[in-house]
Amino acid sequence: MYVVVAGGGKVGANVTRSLVEMGHEITLIEERPDRFARLEEEFGPAVLRGDATEISILERAGIARPPELLLAVTGDDEDNLVISQIGKEGYRVPKAIARVNDPRNQSHFDLLGIKQTVCATTSILGLVEHEVPEHGLVRLLQLPEEGLEIVEVQIEPKSPVAGSRVGGLTLPEGSRLISVFRHGRTELVEPSTVMRPGDQVLAVVSDDSAPALRKALLGASRA
Amino acid sequence: MNAVVIGCGRVGSAVAKGLAADGWEVTVLDESEDALSRLGPSWRGGFVIGHGMDAKVLERAGIAEADAAVVATSGDNTNVVIGQVLQRRYGTRTVVVRVLDPARAKFYAERGLNTVCPTQTAISVLLETVQASAPAPQAT
Repeated sequence: MYVVVAGGGKVGANVTRSLVEMGHEITLIEERPDRFARLEEEFGPAVLRGDATEISILERAGIARPPELLLAVTGDDEDNLVISQIGKEGYRVPKAIARVNDPRNQSHFDLLGIKQTVCATTSILGLVEHEVPEHGLVRLLQLPEEGLEIVEVQIEPKSPVAGSRVGGLTLPEGSRLISVFRHGRTELVEPSTVMRPGDQVLAVVSDDSAPALRKALLGASRA
Repeated sequence: MNAVVIGCGRVGSAVAKGLAADGWEVTVLDESEDALSRLGPSWRGGFVIGHGMDAKVLERAGIAEADAAVVATSGDNTNVVIGQVLQRRYGTRTVVVRVLDPARAKFYAERGLNTVCPTQTAISVLLETVQASAPAPQAT
């Protein structure tokens, strides 16, 4: 696979190293001279010096082939947005993944049609919430292309479904329970599965049905 | 009529003063409080400190009620992103975006953004001035 990586900081350099080890063909673009020198020492001619938001630099990196994948992983969200837009809209790159540095900019990526994004801060917060299940519902994985997400809910003693069989529950439209984790083991959910306090339930929900599922499993009182 | 000017450098501040002189209600937005001095002691319009990528800052500057917006921060990429956000999220009727790089100005102009490229203007004017005032070299 041919991959163009824009930005050779920690993220870009490590992703490039892994992709090269996997045997992929890479061009890595980095503007800063000090970083470029270090990257060139490691990756040789696969590194291109320049501003990845300049169309001529992207063209020298082979954006017109086009690459199967474009990774916009600089430390600047505006740059990552512009790189993704030029690749997707200007050169029909089939897949672009953009790094979101400031989670407050996520809505701009969504608005401008950059659907595949990665935000370290949001991921870390998700993991923190996973460790502190009192938050109620944890968003584990988002699949924006499919409009689905995988969420986890911990059943509490007071939750309205505690003690009920799954087959008898009315769950919100667009949600399915997948599995229950209890006593250190995961079981797939069957209609006969009984919800118990302490159960960690994995579910798949479509677009905006996560809050409805939380309400169904935990009750309305939660924020 | 309300206008928001994002980026109060040499260009943004002069555009803001020009619009105010024409009778617009102008609010200027810049990251730095120092930029306010570019508007002069007689500035009567609004001034909001913050980054134009920040929706709260834009809203504090009155973007939801603005008839026009001029985006002229020092960053081309910042300008084209903010310009698109104003068009798509806030539906601002007139959005003009300063883009120094001619290639990016053309790319976004082709996608419906009203871009102004001072670099391209300088290239054209310089070229035309020489062409108009000097005899063309003889073809050899």
